[in-house]
Formats: sequence, C-alpha cells, structure tokens
Amino acid sequence: MASIIELDKLSKHYASIAAVDDVSFSVEDGEFVTLLGPSGCGKSTLLRMIGGFEEPSGGVIRLAGQDVTWTPPYRRDVNMVFQDYALFPHMTIGENIAYGLKLMKLGRTETAQRVTDALELVGLHDKIDQRPHQLSGGQRQRIALARAIVRQPKVLLLDEPLSALDAKLREQMQLELKHLHEKVGITFIMVTHDQTEALVMSDRVVVMEKGRVAQEGSPHLLYDHPRTPYVANFIGTTNFLDGQIARAAEGTARISVAGVELEAVTDSPRRAGEAITLGFRPEKVRLLSEGESGENEIPGEIAEVVYYGLGLRLAVAVAGGGRVYVDSLLPDRLADTAVPAVGQPVRMALSPGNIFLFDAEVA
Amino acid sequence: MVMALTTPADKAAPKARRGMMQRYAADTAFMTFVAILMAFLYIPIWVLIVFSFNDSRSLTWPLTGFTLEWYEKLWNNSQLQDAIGNSFYVASCATVLTLLVGVPAALALHRVNFPGKKVFRRLVVLPITLPGVVTGISMLNLFRVLGFNLSLETVILGHATALLAVVVTQVSARLERLPKSLEEASADLGAPPLHTFLHVTLPNIRSAVIGAGLLSFVLSFDEIPVTFFLTGRDNTLPMYIYSTMRRGVTPEINAVGTLIVLFSLILIIGAVIATRERKK
Repeated sequence: MASIIELDKLSKHYASIAAVDDVSFSVEDGEFVTLLGPSGCGKSTLLRMIGGFEEPSGGVIRLAGQDVTWTPPYRRDVNMVFQDYALFPHMTIGENIAYGLKLMKLGRTETAQRVTDALELVGLHDKIDQRPHQLSGGQRQRIALARAIVRQPKVLLLDEPLSALDAKLREQMQLELKHLHEKVGITFIMVTHDQTEALVMSDRVVVMEKGRVAQEGSPHLLYDHPRTPYVANFIGTTNFLDGQIARAAEGTARISVAGVELEAVTDSPRRAGEAITLGFRPEKVRLLSEGESGENEIPGEIAEVVYYGLGLRLAVAVAGGGRVYVDSLLPDRLADTAVPAVGQPVRMALSPGNIFLFDAEVA
Repeated sequence: MVMALTTPADKAAPKARRGMMQRYAADTAFMTFVAILMAFLYIPIWVLIVFSFNDSRSLTWPLTGFTLEWYEKLWNNSQLQDAIGNSFYVASCATVLTLLVGVPAALALHRVNFPGKKVFRRLVVLPITLPGVVTGISMLNLFRVLGFNLSLETVILGHATALLAVVVTQVSARLERLPKSLEEASADLGAPPLHTFLHVTLPNIRSAVIGAGLLSFVLSFDEIPVTFFLTGRDNTLPMYIYSTMRRGVTPEINAVGTLIVLFSLILIIGAVIATRERKK
C-alpha cells in the first residue's frame, strides 16, 4: 500500500523553542494513526502543520505523493475535526455540513444527498434544521465528524476529538470512531494525550517526546516492547528499578537488583558491570503463595493495598528502597479469604520475557 | 417523630418572617433608587416633548394648551430643514467611511502580527480620549496645509477619523471572543480567505459592526467641536440649534428635539432587532 502522508524531517520552531523537531514518518492509506504525548510535546503542532494551519520551519509534507508543504488549508485534500468542534454557530446543522460541499461546487441534489448520508452515518438525521447550541456535546462531536468526512478527504485529522466529553461518553465514542474508520476507509490521524484512547483505537501509535518521535509502532509493540522508560511510563504503568548487569550472555542477562539476581531477555548485547534500569508491568508480576516457587523471585513487604473494584493494586517495598506495584484481579477465593495486609512479607515472581532493560543514562 | 419534625419549623418561622421583612425593605430601597435614577435621566426629555406641544412661546409652567404650531413652523423653516439634511448626510457618510476603514483595521489588528502592534492598537484608540477641540484644530490645520476647502466633506473626514476608535475597539472586542478555530474550520472545508470572511467572520461579528455603526451615527449626528472647526458655510443640526440659542430656547427647537427622540427610538428598536443574539 502506498503512503498517503509522508513527513520528511519536519520541524517547527517558535523563536528558539523547537515545538516539532526533525520528525519523519509516513502513514499508509487507510491507516488509523495516533500521535500520543503529554501537552507541549508537539503533537498538535504536527497535526496543524499537516492540516496547513501552521507553516513548518523546515522539512517537507507530502500528501499522496505531492508536496503540500506550502499549500494553504483550503487547497489541501485533508479535513480536520477541531478540539472545540468549531461548528458555525450562525448556521443550522445541515448548513454546517453542506458548507464544504458547496465549495466543491457539487450540484444541489448531490449536496443534499451527501448531507443526508453523512447525518445518517452519525445517526443524527433528525437534527438537520437545528443549530449547534441546541445539541449536546456528544452530538456536536458527531456533527463535526460528519462535516469533515462529507468531503471525502484523503486524510481526516482529529485534534483531541474526545477530550471535551465525559468519561462514559468518551469510552462509547472511542469504539464508534473506530467503527466509523472501518466503514469509511479514510486515513485517520488523531492527536491525544490519553494512552487508553490511543491503544483502543489506532492501528499504529506515534509516541512523541519534546517535539521528537520517541517510538512508533502498533499498540502491542509499544506496550510490550517500549524502547525507553519514557514510552514505558507513558503507555500503561511501569515499575522501575535500578540495577547492574551481573552476567551477560547471548540474548539474556542476569541483573543484580533489590538484593536478588534476576534473569532477563535482552535484544541488545550487555556488558557485565553495566548500570541498568529495569522495568516491568504491575500486572505481569505474580504473587507467590506459601511453598510455591517461580522464576525470578523477589522478596518484599506489602506497603500499601489499594482496592479498585476490578482488582487490587499492592505496593511492595523491596530491598534497596524501591517500591514495586503489583496488580492482581480479585479471584473469588481471594476476595472471600485473605486480602493481603500491610506489613505482610511476600514473594513475587516475574518471567524473564516480561522485563524491559533500559540503558541507565536514558532514565 | 412528628414532634421532632414540627419543633424546628416552629422556631424557624419568626426568623424567616424577619428575613423576609428585611429583604422587602432592601428591595423597596433599591427600587426607589432605580426610580429616582430613571426620573433623573428621562424627566428632561419628557419636559422637552411636553413643551413642544405647548401653546405658548415662553417655556414656563403651567401649560397653556395643545398646539402643533411649532411643528408647522418647523415644516416651513428651510434653514432648519437644511441643517437636518446636512446632519443626516454627514452622519451617514462618516459612519460608512469609518466602518469601511475600521472593520478591516480591526481584522488586521486581530489577525496579523507585526512589530509595534501594541503601540498601533493604542494609537488607534487615542483620538477618543482627545478633546474634540484638539481634533478639530489639528484637522483644520492639516486641511489648510493640504489646500482643502472647508465643506461638509471635510466634516465627514474629521468625524470618520475621530470615530475610527469606536469601531476598532468594538469590533476588536468581538473578534477576541470569536474562536480562531471557526475561521480555520472554514479554510479547512475549502473556503478561500474572502469567502471565510463573508460567510463565517462577518456573520459572527455582525452585531458588533451594527452596534458600532449606530453609535458612530449618533455621535456624529450631535457632534459640535470638530464640526465647528471643519465646516464651511453649511451648518449641521446641532450647530444650527446652538446658533439660534442666542435668542433663547424656542418651542421650535423643542419640536426638533422631539422628532430626534422619536427617530432615535426607531434606531434603537431597529438595532435591538438587528443585533438580537440567538439564545446560547
């Protein structure tokens, strides 16, 4: 499949600050790509440059193979869903959606047909004569979507589309947006700071850090193989412990950390004595019961127990002053019997494949 | 249980009554104040209207009878009619001119970033704080230097310049409140800048433009100092009234005043209808 969007060494500087710094990646036709990062990481600026609302300080943007770096937004075959929806308050819903179609000089019947189709698609055909202020937040969101896709652009840009909705509606719209993407087959590029949103909706996630791409890949890849502690920490929760390589072999390494030696899988060669940061997900840690043994045992003492309905999160103090979070679902048996008590000694097990190794200086 | 429920309510009753009395007294005091304020503002206008129909040359109490004589005189006074016509001409032209310059200026100030923008913004607003005498004299000097003959047109130029501040501040304030994303969305949907201005920006600042226009019209209509310096042989209405005042306030002037009040009322109602904001 061909790339629909190619960014080549794209940069944007404000005075001396680089909002976007030498970013290159491409988006395949029909993909759902999410730009993920905290506020101020440059993700919105990047999106606005693709939309044509910001002029890059350097680099090239290609849309379907054509250089559009300096093309004004009204001549770019992309459409944007704005964070505040930007529906025209002085027009009806129907007029809002027809606005872009009239500018395409379609005939009156085709315009009307497309407006109806778009409203059907978002399930709001009965709102055609209402005004934006008469709709709820979720409905406005859908109208903004309908107005953007009715022009059938090559790429749809979404700037934090769900951030103004409440939690319940947001969850529902995540799936709706995903289904809409499958239905219309347009390439979606979305900006968000919400990692769940990114994981749930996208084919590919681009994690941004200080104007640069920290890592890109499928949600799976990012979750299971974060390249830096930043990515590991931004997507999901990660425990970090500082340690040292005790012995290194082909593909594996033994690390002395928290008073024990752990075995980990590594894809880059390690030297013995090297300082290292070790990361692992709270839900990959298994609590061992009395008499049970497992790989990579770590002893500790329960420091805090947090109950959140679905399960328990334990904070376990380990040797060397670190704290390790352990997530476990509540099996019936555990719920009935023993919720672990603070101060209780525990042993944890961790399989070597679930440990991330990061160079210590990166952390 | 019932006892427990009634006891606190019994105790609360006198307290509630006292609170109500206090609130009633406060409301009465406030309403009285508002009534006095309104009387202060509007009684002079009622006096003007009443005397314009009074059957006597002298403006003294008691009223002597009803007459339309002053309106008839007004109807036959060609000098006065010329003055009214001149005032309408000047106010209309000055308003149109100041809107034509002021609205784009406000847009430019809003949109374009250039060095010295803050200073420029202040400079545009400055003339509103200058006394009309200063504006009048300085424009008179300028026109003399340029070799213009004084006429109603120079008055129009003077008014339009002085009123620019009104238009720019009003329209700028509205533009500040307009989300930038609206214009971006319009561009995003394929609209070139002019189309965006006509179909998105202008409809959303419409009431501010109309309001600024009406205010400009009224300010220009009764302007004296700048007009005094810049007019040629022609007189505007306030200038004419001023010049006849040497002979005292005549009932004729009251009649003109009444007509202006009526005209203003129509303008205000028109403005309210035109700028009525949709319910948010």
